[in-house]
Amino acid sequence: MYPELGQIALILALLLAVLLSVVPLAGALTGRDSLQAFARPLASGMFVFTGLAFAILTHAFIVDDFSVAYVANNSNSMLPWFYKFSAVWGGHEGSLLLWILMLTGWTLAVAVFSRKLPSTMVSQVLSVMGMVCVGFFLFIIVTSNPFDRLLPNVPTDGQDLNPLLQDIGLIIHPPMLYMGYVGFSVAFAFALAALINGRLDAAWARWSRPWTTIAWSFLTIGIALGSWWAYYELGWGGWWFWDPVENASLLPWLSGTALMHSLAVTEKRGVFKSWTVLLAIVTFALSLLGAFLVRSGVLTSVHAFASDPERGSFLLMLLGITVVGSLALYAFRAPVVHVRSRYGSLSREIFLLLNNVLLVTATLLVAIGTLYPLVLDYLDMGKLSIGEPFFNTTFSPLAIAAGLLLGTGIFSRWKKTDGGWLGRKLLWPLAVSLVASVAVIKMYGDFKPWAFAGVFTAIWVTVATLWDLWDKSSSRKGRLHGLKRQTRSYWGMVLGHLGVAMVMAGATVVSNYGIERDVRMVPGDSAMVGDYQILFKEIGDRRGANFTAQYGSFDVLLDGKKVSELHPEKRNYPVGMSVMTEADIDAGLFRDIFVAIGERISDEAWAIRVQYKPLVRWLWLGSLIMAIGGFLAIADKRYRIKARNEAADKARAGNLVTGKHAEASS
Amino acid sequence: MHPIRKKRLTIVLFLVAGLAIAVGLTTYALRQNINLFYDPTEIAAGNAPVDVRIRAGGMVEAGSVVRDTETLKVEFKVTDFSASVPVEYVGILPDLFAEGQGVVAMGRLNNEGVFVADQVLAKHDENYMPPEVADALEKSSKAQNKAADVDKAAETTAY
Repeated sequence: MYPELGQIALILALLLAVLLSVVPLAGALTGRDSLQAFARPLASGMFVFTGLAFAILTHAFIVDDFSVAYVANNSNSMLPWFYKFSAVWGGHEGSLLLWILMLTGWTLAVAVFSRKLPSTMVSQVLSVMGMVCVGFFLFIIVTSNPFDRLLPNVPTDGQDLNPLLQDIGLIIHPPMLYMGYVGFSVAFAFALAALINGRLDAAWARWSRPWTTIAWSFLTIGIALGSWWAYYELGWGGWWFWDPVENASLLPWLSGTALMHSLAVTEKRGVFKSWTVLLAIVTFALSLLGAFLVRSGVLTSVHAFASDPERGSFLLMLLGITVVGSLALYAFRAPVVHVRSRYGSLSREIFLLLNNVLLVTATLLVAIGTLYPLVLDYLDMGKLSIGEPFFNTTFSPLAIAAGLLLGTGIFSRWKKTDGGWLGRKLLWPLAVSLVASVAVIKMYGDFKPWAFAGVFTAIWVTVATLWDLWDKSSSRKGRLHGLKRQTRSYWGMVLGHLGVAMVMAGATVVSNYGIERDVRMVPGDSAMVGDYQILFKEIGDRRGANFTAQYGSFDVLLDGKKVSELHPEKRNYPVGMSVMTEADIDAGLFRDIFVAIGERISDEAWAIRVQYKPLVRWLWLGSLIMAIGGFLAIADKRYRIKARNEAADKARAGNLVTGKHAEASS
Repeated sequence: MHPIRKKRLTIVLFLVAGLAIAVGLTTYALRQNINLFYDPTEIAAGNAPVDVRIRAGGMVEAGSVVRDTETLKVEFKVTDFSASVPVEYVGILPDLFAEGQGVVAMGRLNNEGVFVADQVLAKHDENYMPPEVADALEKSSKAQNKAADVDKAAETTAY
């Protein structure tokens, strides 16, 4: 009974979405307030019905209703309750429902937090969101109904959740990632609304900025969680594989980062407008591309659930309509924009433009590396794969260039920066960074050019960011007062850039100075990894809730003193007949020691993987700091006060141009 | 020059430079890092290049896995049921590696016709089959019009 209600709720939500995509837009175009007034109630209704469907599916999981095909395929009565809960999005249909729940959630959020915006703008934005919702509701109802029943032959038990997905990282990774992916639809909706009514101005940029930033922050956390999960759960200590599915999440992140920065320029200086709109469209299209790649079955990976071609073509169609429709609108409407302000060839605008060029180039490279093999395969021109080295050789120089530019750009001014002044300004920070990077590299060992470049870039970004903070916070009333005077969006930028520096430092050091060894060990043996000695004490059996395991015991010793004790496992899940390696990690701020059990070689000997991973935590900590920066930035007062008063806006822009305090750029 | 034109020129120059660097890096990196896929029939027929990094895949032949007890060396045969290729690998195999399962290996073919793998990938879960392997199996079973049991094996393992 309940599952059918869930299905009805979804269909009702679809009908509301259809109304939402037509009625308020018609109201906005004809100037009828009565029609525009429908926007908010429709958005709320859509969210309520989707939430109901989601609750019903969750209920089916909790009560083990195996007559629902999706539950039977992804759960089992022996599964602990929290995994039953997260199994709701452990497969294709449920994760799509989660995606839609978030999409309607974002729509509702726009409806709630846009009270101060002109009502035509709100109606148009919500209508565009409604159109996106229609696409996804049709997708789930037509191709991937999570409420399909297995009647009358109800299985007595489910097939279990893929053991890889039975993990805390996976409870939160997809929701975060989807919040990001889906969140970019708001920036997209704002961009389309601006194109429809021809209002591409600073006010528009200010409205869509916080939405972009918050989506970007969620996406950052989502990607970092995925990387963290791969590191400890896939069992072999890698943190980024340039797997097409990872790339699918990196693509909107890269173009989203470009979008955040170009939105900043559009808001502050009123330039780059058409470019910003284009980026908003591209970023959302890349989110859809990601969904298509992961869900269509063109890729095979952990994320590609049993998939069928019908879904692929449906998503491709959705992507095609979005891209063609929005680009056509762009082509007709964008050129209307007039640029009023000017900027010199050495100015913050130029630095941010370069930042955009680099980020877009990186997006293109990752896209080429990801799509090229797929296109060739589709055209039947042979099967090939593009390996990690491709991405490493092309991506690293771009990342380093972007970092060097970032540090320099921080000191630049809007409109015009004097070259000689900038040069003198950079001298000391450069010297400090150079000395610091030499010291860091010496500490880690051999000199490697790429390692040096990466470490230098990370330190340079840090030094420049802090130097600028020091300069800005000087005040006659004391340093503390100066620090307090900085806006939240400025602090957001500082944290964002420090986070980037941490990720760069982590990535560089762990890939250049990490040690990975596969060794044959019998209990009693020990192996060295870096300065650490790993002692294999014993291995025995252990029983878990829904698995049995071989349970190893290892001591980690440094200079003969015991640092920690690790218990990696090799688990056997009888329901799905699958084997899982659970690594154990002694985690630290500056290094991880990683031990995983491989296969049994002989009666007493085992293949053991031991790893020393310096600064690997910085990858995820840095990402978290970046995301916190994003959340802090949107808490800035100016997004809440007077969003409407255009005259005040202009006066404010005027103040900024005088350049007294050139504040946050991102 | 007119300042607006000058600015536009700078922007265009930056864009062109960025694009040129990107294209250069891409072609350079692509040339080095494209790994072509060969199935066991092609390798056995000598159609695969020697000492070039390639991908090979098929099913692990039943009873072919030989493990050295003193080191991490493993030898096994990969088959598409019409030809098989010996594979050598030193290291830890993935969890789901087993006889009768589909695998994809990266590595180089040596002069003796042995595929020296530096990476072995197995399926992610019990329902998954590397698409290259599924294709290779389908091809070989079509070519030979093999007995029904082989077809069935390919069918049950392909999605």
